[in-house]
Amino acid sequence: MSSITADGQASHAHTSSEFGVGEFLSTYVFSRDHKVIGIQFLFSTLLWFLVGGLLAIGIRWQLAWPWSDMPVIGPMLFSAEGGQISPEFYTMLFTMHATVMTFLVIIPILAGAFGNYLIPLMIGADDMAFPTLNMLSYWVMWPAFFFFGGSFFVAGNGASSGWTSYPPLSSMPEAAPGSGLAQTMWLIALTCVGISSMMGSVNYMTTIIQMRAPGMTMMRLPMTIWGMFITALLQAFALPVLTAAGFMQLTDRLFGTGFFVPEGLIVNNSEMAAGGGQPLLWQHLFWFYSHPAVYIMILPAMGMVSDILSCFARKPLFGYKPMVYAICGIAGLGFIVWGHHMFVSGMNPGLGMTFMVATMMIALPSAVKTFNWLGTIYGGKIQFTTPMLFALSFVLMFVIGGLSGIFMAATPVDIFIHDTYFIVAHFHYVLFGGTAMAVFGAIYFWFPKMFGRMMNEPLGKIHFLLTFIFMNGTFFTMHILGAVGFPRRLADPYHYETFRHLLPMNQFMTICAILMVASQIFFIVNFFYSIFFGPKAGRNPWHANGLEWQAPSPPGHGNFDFQPIVYRGPYEYGSPEVDEDYYPQTQPPNERGDTDEPATMVDH
Amino acid sequence: MGRFWSLLFLSFPILGTAIFVWSAMGWYPLEGYWFPELVVADDSIDHLFYVILWMTGFVFIGTGIAMFWFLWKYDGKTYTGPVWYSHGSHLLEIIWSVIPAVIILFLAIYQMDAWAGARMRRPMLENGQPKPPIARVTGRQFEWKIQYPGDDKQFDTPDDLYTTNELHVPRDEEVVLEITSEDVLHSFFLPNFREKQDVVPGMKQYIWFKPVKDGKYDIVCAELCGWGHYKMKGQITVESSSDYRAWLKKAYDEQELSEYSLAEAE
Repeated sequence: MSSITADGQASHAHTSSEFGVGEFLSTYVFSRDHKVIGIQFLFSTLLWFLVGGLLAIGIRWQLAWPWSDMPVIGPMLFSAEGGQISPEFYTMLFTMHATVMTFLVIIPILAGAFGNYLIPLMIGADDMAFPTLNMLSYWVMWPAFFFFGGSFFVAGNGASSGWTSYPPLSSMPEAAPGSGLAQTMWLIALTCVGISSMMGSVNYMTTIIQMRAPGMTMMRLPMTIWGMFITALLQAFALPVLTAAGFMQLTDRLFGTGFFVPEGLIVNNSEMAAGGGQPLLWQHLFWFYSHPAVYIMILPAMGMVSDILSCFARKPLFGYKPMVYAICGIAGLGFIVWGHHMFVSGMNPGLGMTFMVATMMIALPSAVKTFNWLGTIYGGKIQFTTPMLFALSFVLMFVIGGLSGIFMAATPVDIFIHDTYFIVAHFHYVLFGGTAMAVFGAIYFWFPKMFGRMMNEPLGKIHFLLTFIFMNGTFFTMHILGAVGFPRRLADPYHYETFRHLLPMNQFMTICAILMVASQIFFIVNFFYSIFFGPKAGRNPWHANGLEWQAPSPPGHGNFDFQPIVYRGPYEYGSPEVDEDYYPQTQPPNERGDTDEPATMVDH
Repeated sequence: MGRFWSLLFLSFPILGTAIFVWSAMGWYPLEGYWFPELVVADDSIDHLFYVILWMTGFVFIGTGIAMFWFLWKYDGKTYTGPVWYSHGSHLLEIIWSVIPAVIILFLAIYQMDAWAGARMRRPMLENGQPKPPIARVTGRQFEWKIQYPGDDKQFDTPDDLYTTNELHVPRDEEVVLEITSEDVLHSFFLPNFREKQDVVPGMKQYIWFKPVKDGKYDIVCAELCGWGHYKMKGQITVESSSDYRAWLKKAYDEQELSEYSLAEAE
């Protein structure tokens, strides 16, 4: 797939009866159809999810059985060390685990995969506003895949100054192995991810504002779309800062500028030439993007969970408008709380107090959302489908992640728990317990639309049960390690007397983590089996209200076989106006249109 | 199956709370799985942690039980009553916005004093001048260089005492440390002292604490500083004022001796 034929670029597959190589490329590879691009993002990100998970197992192996031979993989990777993980390799492992999971999995799976697939379908548009830009947004990810992936194979075996890439460590190849060429490639890849996200965000904002079907007012948008819209806004405003900062670090490394490097540093007993900069400047710029990025990684998930909960509780979403305002509130506050990553960085303590108050306030819209989700399931007729189970676990896990956030918002407490496993527990509850669970729920929920077939419910439930148990086994115990002060990023924490007795708990967590990764086999088997052999899904197998369920499964190029007109919001389940417990957005008031095929039975 | 899933979701808050209680009480087999022993006079960080733990624990258990009950009761397979067709309630929204807002505001104000004590109110001498640092701690890959100013109380003079990874401080006195780095970021972390400060090259920072218990404790580096980050281990010794002064003198004499022997060898 190294080149695009001129023919393939110019022609449109859906109008042609001949299906040559050019047609194949333009339909399935260099497609401008938002659904194909969404599915391309989905497959790429799921593949990287696997890579990120395996990197995590490497980290956990070292913490459970430090300096011991890693079975099977060890001799293959590091035969020189006799199959043991070296400290250099360990720093690479956690750097690349976080990098891959953040930049190649969570952000692109939410915005790239689900954003692309769902936005036009859910607002009743035939495609994105800028289809070619959309195609490019996927293909710009490939240089990122190449540079991130390639950095494993150059000197240092991958960037190794942490995913936060704090200078001076990251600015000076002399300071650490793995901050040589690998770090340069890391920065270039980061820029490519930034460009891709920016292309996506422009597209999403324009599409949502300009291309909604008649009757689809902003206050009738599904929460998924609200989540994607606000995420796109966050990306548009925050991302340029990170990209600029990345460029500055690149020039520090390549051309000897000194944005982030102070004067008079002595590394390896020789004084560094560059100087006059300030390491804290990088932290401000980095977190100015990367804190809003936390919301980029959760707001679309919150939206998708709201849709799933309402659908399977068979009743309206509780407090739609406050939910929308809460998303906007989280996004707004998200821009002024980055400093809580820097309470012990040496930043002015007076400024720390300001950031503390803002950070505390962000708990408020988060609480509103949680209570509204509970209000949504109260008094419903709950169907315990696989997507519903994942959505419910999202709510419970998000409560943990949200509540543990209050500890680090409290500046004095943060002095103790900063850089410990308490923080690691917190963000894994938000990002794995939260976002990843929502992503699984969303895959099970929209799979029938994407591939026209149902996934297997019993397998899905086994996948959920095992993931839920082992995920909590892995991450909940991290809170306890954090209370002891167990620091992150140490290749051998048992070097210190204070942490020596924590080894058994680390072994327990590692076993849970291995089983958690192994549980994903149920998902992989179910996913690929169902694509080819799952029972056929009708247009609307879940009896849902959204516009996407009125299109064929899977929808053809151009999405709808009729012009959707929207009469109401997306959450009219259990409405007294109709006999059925759902009332699609496109159905004219008080007359039952029969656009639906007979629904496929779903095993609850 | 609805019953099974509701109970699964209920088991999570129960087990979670149990683990916290078990660890905090130090019951078998979780002895030592909680805060390391506190050896400074100021316990405000521990206190605040517990205040937040009680508060969040209450919300966590409450949410978990509410969720369990709704799932148990409104299981579509067994619940035969009508669906509560509601788009929301202004009153409820106001209640569950205002109550958390008040609690959060209380917390925000309540912790300010502890933060000011830890980072803003540097100990003073009787004459109103800030108390000078007892030692300068410099982070470098991968060790802590410690420098005592000697009798003249001035750094970088001939009577300075230099040690590596070994910091001694007197008990029952407000100790001020000057910390800095000569290469990359480090973080000066004393788990038993609830003290942590990133060590930034190009900046000079001050931290303070009042140790109240004798003993030897770890100095941990909490900021990634390169491949040898994990080996950057120091030790802080708290001892009585007289022992501390005796140690200073002994260490200084040893340093002088080794310098003379070095000179003679040349």
